[in-house]
Amino acid sequence: MLLIPCPWCGPRDEAEFRYGGQAHVAYPEDPAALSDEEWARYLFFRDNPKGRFAERWNHTAGCRRWFNVVRDTATNEWVSA
Amino acid sequence: MTSHHRRHRRPGFGGEPLRFRFDGQDYEGLRGDTLASALLANGVRTVATSAALGRPRGIYASWTEEPNAIVQIEHPFPEPMLQATTVELYDGLVATGLTGRGRLSDRPDPARHDAVHAHCDVLVVGAGPAGLAAARAAAGSGARVILADDRPIAGGSLPDTAETVDGVPGAAWASAVAADLAGRPDVRVLSRTSVFGYYDDNYLVAVERRGEWGGQGRARERVWRIRAGRVVLATGAHERPIAFADNDRPGVMLAGAARAYANRYGVLPGRRAVVFTAGDSAYAAARDLASAGVEIAAIVDVRQAPGARWDGAEILSGHVVTGVGGDGAVSSVSVSDGREIQADLLLVSGGWNPVVHLFGQAGGELRYDEGIGSFVPRSARQALEVAGAARGVFSLSGCLEDGAAAGARAAEAAGFRAPPRHPAPRASDDGASDNGASDNGASDNGAPDADEPVAFWLVPSGDYRSHFVDLQRDVTVADVVRATGAGLRSVEHVKRYTTAGTAHDQGKLSGVLTSAIVAHAIGADIAQLGTTTFRAPYMPVSFATLAGRDRGALHDPVRVTSLHDWHVAHGALFENVGQWKRPWYYPRPGEDMEAAVLRECRAVRQSVGAMDASTLGKIDVQGPDAAEFLDRLYTNMMSTLKVGAIRYGVMCRADGMVFDDGTVIRLADDRFLVTTTTGNAAAVLDWMEEWLQTEWPSLRVYCTSVTEHWATVALAGPGSRDVLAGLAPGPAVDAASFPFMTWRDAEVAGIAARVCRISFSGELAYEINVNAWDGLALWEALHATGAVTPYGTETMHVLRAEKGYPIVGQDTDGTVTPADLGMDWVVSKKKAGFIGKRSFARSDTARPDRRHLVGLLPADPDFLLPEGAHLVESSTLPEPPVPTLGHVTSSYRSAALGRTFALALVSGGRERVGERLYVPLGGEPVPVTVTHHVLYDPEGARRDG
Ligand SMILES: [Zn+2]
Repeated sequence: MLLIPCPWCGPRDEAEFRYGGQAHVAYPEDPAALSDEEWARYLFFRDNPKGRFAERWNHTAGCRRWFNVVRDTATNEWVSA
Repeated sequence: MTSHHRRHRRPGFGGEPLRFRFDGQDYEGLRGDTLASALLANGVRTVATSAALGRPRGIYASWTEEPNAIVQIEHPFPEPMLQATTVELYDGLVATGLTGRGRLSDRPDPARHDAVHAHCDVLVVGAGPAGLAAARAAAGSGARVILADDRPIAGGSLPDTAETVDGVPGAAWASAVAADLAGRPDVRVLSRTSVFGYYDDNYLVAVERRGEWGGQGRARERVWRIRAGRVVLATGAHERPIAFADNDRPGVMLAGAARAYANRYGVLPGRRAVVFTAGDSAYAAARDLASAGVEIAAIVDVRQAPGARWDGAEILSGHVVTGVGGDGAVSSVSVSDGREIQADLLLVSGGWNPVVHLFGQAGGELRYDEGIGSFVPRSARQALEVAGAARGVFSLSGCLEDGAAAGARAAEAAGFRAPPRHPAPRASDDGASDNGASDNGASDNGAPDADEPVAFWLVPSGDYRSHFVDLQRDVTVADVVRATGAGLRSVEHVKRYTTAGTAHDQGKLSGVLTSAIVAHAIGADIAQLGTTTFRAPYMPVSFATLAGRDRGALHDPVRVTSLHDWHVAHGALFENVGQWKRPWYYPRPGEDMEAAVLRECRAVRQSVGAMDASTLGKIDVQGPDAAEFLDRLYTNMMSTLKVGAIRYGVMCRADGMVFDDGTVIRLADDRFLVTTTTGNAAAVLDWMEEWLQTEWPSLRVYCTSVTEHWATVALAGPGSRDVLAGLAPGPAVDAASFPFMTWRDAEVAGIAARVCRISFSGELAYEINVNAWDGLALWEALHATGAVTPYGTETMHVLRAEKGYPIVGQDTDGTVTPADLGMDWVVSKKKAGFIGKRSFARSDTARPDRRHLVGLLPADPDFLLPEGAHLVESSTLPEPPVPTLGHVTSSYRSAALGRTFALALVSGGRERVGERLYVPLGGEPVPVTVTHHVLYDPEGARRDG
């Protein structure tokens, strides 16, 4: 049970959150301008590092806000909020 | 009864006699006994049978590390696979010895189990000398402390020994410290509480045993979920076995365990013992046993020059035990000098392994310590300290010192200022300390002789088939050698190949031994090989305990509509949709499901029916940018919707696959009511908020779930207009005045209502929404007309399937586009952008062989296809793998069609209309004809009545 640092509510149990995958993957400005491959890259490809990973969480059972946080996927240490 | 193996009564328990039965035999024990100590007191030596080889097994250890004495409790409630060494004896206990497998109860567990969530600044695991010292130091700083210990009484191994602290017996010192701690307001002392899991961010889980069956109506066990600022692991050490021939026989016992039976329980585990040791701690055990009345025939010490001295028995130094005699239990011991010594007890001590399981679970790394011949903590990943024997400090004074320091460090790390340290208590340090050990040069005996082995694991032999490594799994040295002979080098692989360490004792005794044998077999360094991974739970935990109160009706919340009681009173059967209970159908006397559903379908198609549709998700979407927001969310245009009008809409994920569908009602320029499928209501709200927060924060839109605010009744059928007109005389309800896909406010049966003209059955239909608290009045008024038949979700499913309306999640599965469903019309060509649009231009979504939603008519009009069945091209199946064209998503009996039919997703399905396909169901493949997915009233003539 991770203790996740919600920027609005403070550290809360993982059970209150929903995972949102890799952070900083913006919806493309103009999807129509992308090639099929570029669009597929947006849709289907995400990093999966062993180590530091900027990811999104949603405090679904709390303030319901989305936020980004950096977690070390090998140790589950919170590197920064 | 005072058995001939019982020397004195356990101090501190009053010595109340308790009756119990084991393997059909009646016995008596004393309060404070474990089942194991009571059996030993009664001279019972063979307790169980080994799982794979069927060999007799006795009691090998004295606590949770026991691999042999596995029993089944029969009464008062059947419980499988318990260690006799951890079962506290109580009056009326009935148990049997097992052969590797227990029996689950066939009746529900009558006991209550509970859960507690707790927070503390410092959690101390283990109330041995180190743990008590740590807790006392931490508590002195003002920190909130929890001290959890798995034994009934505090002290760790102190009650197993004859050591003293500050001049009083160790056990008495420990109870005094524990009582003092328990009296402090910010300290919680949990006894009989095993911390079994150490998870991320200092989240630890423990199980507390609260006493006997049916005791005072309180929970029998409680799960503690503890979030700790800082953790002190004072988990002690386990004595290490030695692998030699027939080392599994009843009567072979760890030396420290025998010492515990003598000191803690006042029980003599045998009459005449041989001690086989690689270290000094067994000498203390021998001394204690001798003074308790056990004759020590000899001490076989693998060392040429043992550090310890004792003149109470002959010491055969530089020798090993080569085997034991006796058909079942031990009757003699063979020594490498050729002697065979008569004995009924063989005490073994290969050294001590720090209990690093929780440390390992917490992600800590170990290193091999040459001095103790075992693994100790090297670096921690979480906020923890390790103290005492758990990190290889084995002397009593060392543990007291180490624990106090760790407790002070933990409190300071948690933000408290530890008070000046007490002078350390004076410990007796009889060379057999906290965990009975100060062996092989650990702390107070100085370094071992350079020529001496620091660890001894294996007695060499030409035949290793009865040198047991893992007693519970019946794994021998021969098995390990076979694994390494097969090329396995990693202890993880050997574990899985041999099953060593996989029994429910999780290899507490066998783990390090297995690593050592592998190292020996492949000529590697045990320090490099390491151990297998430590995983929770540390000891077995019952599912009933983990489930706690979350059983039966409390397993998951149940959601019911405001009409639920009426449905129950009218005999409805219910379908679970997510957490909702929805009326499935309303059988009349004598009706089965098929008859009831056909009747309900006929009622809607021919007259009028009413369904409770309150569970549909409803989201109030407000704000100046609400229309723009919905345009981006739905595949079709919503901003052009006029106030008072309704539009059906589909939402896709960015990949273009259908995510949800429903209606959108425009309440005002800046306000919409969105309905979702019952199961997806929360997911759709999450979806809206995700886009608003993460991609479109500039949109001024607010979304609120209003599902529970409304009771919603679908009134459907050609007679629905008359029923509504009778109850709502206000507005004109003719087709021209109240057209399809519009809504208006009205009074229905005197109740303020929002009436929508929408249809999910293809019939003329209205959806009447009222405040939830008015739902029952509305529903009863509708039924009071005598014209209305209540119908359930099954009828709703049949009616919509006849019309080819897909149900998201049943006819779709996340791989289906609107075009696949034959709903090109719902995808706007005009809108610049909406979620999923780009994906409709991908080559994949344009493949001609995509699976389309089609109808199926079985050649036999009475044959009902099973949902999920696959479709194939020809009546004769080719060799596997058989290419499948798709599968049946919905299948029903239709009153309107007078036959069975189905919906299916079929590759290139729209081009196959009229084709014959086959459904292989085991026997002869069933022929079906592909049709358009709309099977009933394709021109839509019925929806206006
Ligand atoms: Zn929050």
